[in-house]
Amino acid sequence: MLDLDAPCVDLRSLDEVWFQVAGTLCNLSCNHCFISCNPGNHSFGFLDLAKIRPFLAESVKLGVKEYYFTGGEPFLNREIVPILEETLRLGPATVLTNGTVFRGRLVNELRRIAEGSQYSLEIRVSIDGPDKETNDPIRGEGSFEDAMRGVQQLAQSGFLPIITMVQTWADSDTLKVLDQFGAELKRRGCVRPRFKILPTLRIGMEATRTRGYLSEERITREMLEGYDTSQLICSHSRIVTDQGVAICPILIESPVAHMGSTLEETLRPFAVDQPACYTCYLFGSICTNTGAALSGRDC
Amino acid sequence: MSGGSTEAPVALFGGIYSNHWALRAAITDARTRGAKAFYCLGDLGAFGPHPDLVFPILRENNVQTLSGNYDDSIARGLDDCQCGYTDPRDNHFARISYQYTLQKTSPRNREWLAALPGEIRFVMAEKRVLLCHGSPRQRNEFLWESTTPDAFLLKLFRNHDADVILATHTGLKWRRRLSGGQLFANVGVLGRPENDGTTQVGYTLLRSSDEHGLEVEFVPVAYDHEQLAREMRAEGLPAEFIETIESGWWTTCLEVLPSKERSRGKW
Ligand code: SF4
Ligand code: SF4
Ligand SMILES: [Fe+2]
Repeated sequence: MLDLDAPCVDLRSLDEVWFQVAGTLCNLSCNHCFISCNPGNHSFGFLDLAKIRPFLAESVKLGVKEYYFTGGEPFLNREIVPILEETLRLGPATVLTNGTVFRGRLVNELRRIAEGSQYSLEIRVSIDGPDKETNDPIRGEGSFEDAMRGVQQLAQSGFLPIITMVQTWADSDTLKVLDQFGAELKRRGCVRPRFKILPTLRIGMEATRTRGYLSEERITREMLEGYDTSQLICSHSRIVTDQGVAICPILIESPVAHMGSTLEETLRPFAVDQPACYTCYLFGSICTNTGAALSGRDC
Repeated sequence: MSGGSTEAPVALFGGIYSNHWALRAAITDARTRGAKAFYCLGDLGAFGPHPDLVFPILRENNVQTLSGNYDDSIARGLDDCQCGYTDPRDNHFARISYQYTLQKTSPRNREWLAALPGEIRFVMAEKRVLLCHGSPRQRNEFLWESTTPDAFLLKLFRNHDADVILATHTGLKWRRRLSGGQLFANVGVLGRPENDGTTQVGYTLLRSSDEHGLEVEFVPVAYDHEQLAREMRAEGLPAEFIETIESGWWTTCLEVLPSKERSRGKW
């Protein structure tokens, strides 16, 4: 039951469907991961093509605009190529990856399906700084080099990967960081780097790394008056997990976020009274591929 | 009634971005092709020089105009153009051209912008035609060819009671005929070249067709881009913008391009 006093966000139009395609399994264990993914976290499992198909069929009926694939690390899922291939027959797809698990054959397969579709396949690679000194303490020893190799492979095969970074520096340093990182990427053959900067979400591992949310940091009904809720991804997205459909990628660990077993069952308002909702409220569509367009998130 | 093909074509102009030279060239060209009605899908200012020059051309030629995100911002004196860029570099350039256009648009023309409708509808060859800026549901929504699924377009046709939907806003033209015969087209823009390395811009003709009722034709327009570049230089507009006019490659606001569209450009 929806609490009538809770701040509620309507689903205006189901524009994006997310797939938690790798569950919470990841080869890395970043200390800012907001759903605390790691190699041993089986709270959510892989989605295979057979599980995804009915949701794709439903999404067509509902006129969905974009598909997102996340985890954990999506490229650990052995069916990721056929899953993407089938999705790309229907619409554009974005994969959020840590970039560290590419092999030549996988990249070639991705290139083949990207070229075979009229729709764009975006690969978003998460890195946390322009050098290993900044990145590795957060994402793990050697992860910077591994990700850079991934970016290089993608660029060489003709992709234009989007590098997403959770901001770990002062606002005033943003241009400097991007310039430095752009130069480094060019040296490595990624001549047209695209960047996307995300604010830090203070839940999961991040809660222990810096600080958790203060209890008064919640969205209230008053705060939603006159607020443009289209900036919140829950007003235009839902996420499919191996345990049903949830409100958004950020909250999948919270039982209240699970809304039904089909997309159709989740086409109703949601009470945005969770601590992480407050960050969405402050930063807007934190997870978009592009500013005015639609959603995504750090992998 | 049969033989809708006797109806005269109508001309559709996308974003003008203050390119008064291209607008004049397009109107002349459309006349020679028999167009009897002219429509502009919004974004009169931005990018180019002397925003006030575009208004008399639209009025004198009776161009039916709707309001784009830029027009809405200029009319209301908002802080930005509502393109929603997040890249710091894109934002920098967007701000320069927005401030320039806001300062150089006369109060009378800003009032004229404020009175423009958000959409225009008409019936042609028995088809319900809907003209809008970004999409029928949101003025600043980008509808790119590689990120707009058929199923999503069908939803727009269903929700907005139309057989033909025409939009602009992205700067890149494309069209798609859906299985039910509905036609969507992005009419492109007159304001800047198409990120294809040529200096020409383009507009769209909507004409009757025996097979589908209506079809679109994309018409390239060559204009005096060197003169435009000179005016932009004299006005102190960013070198990056002038480079786009002279080279045909986009140099800014690239972050919104999906990968397929971005790959075709140079930057
Ligand atoms: S942030 Fe991404 S790469 Fe890091 S542990 Fe979480 S899912 Fe894995
Ligand atoms: S975390 Fe953000 S997207 Fe998720 S329900 Fe809360 S406000 Fe909506
Ligand atoms: Fe626009």
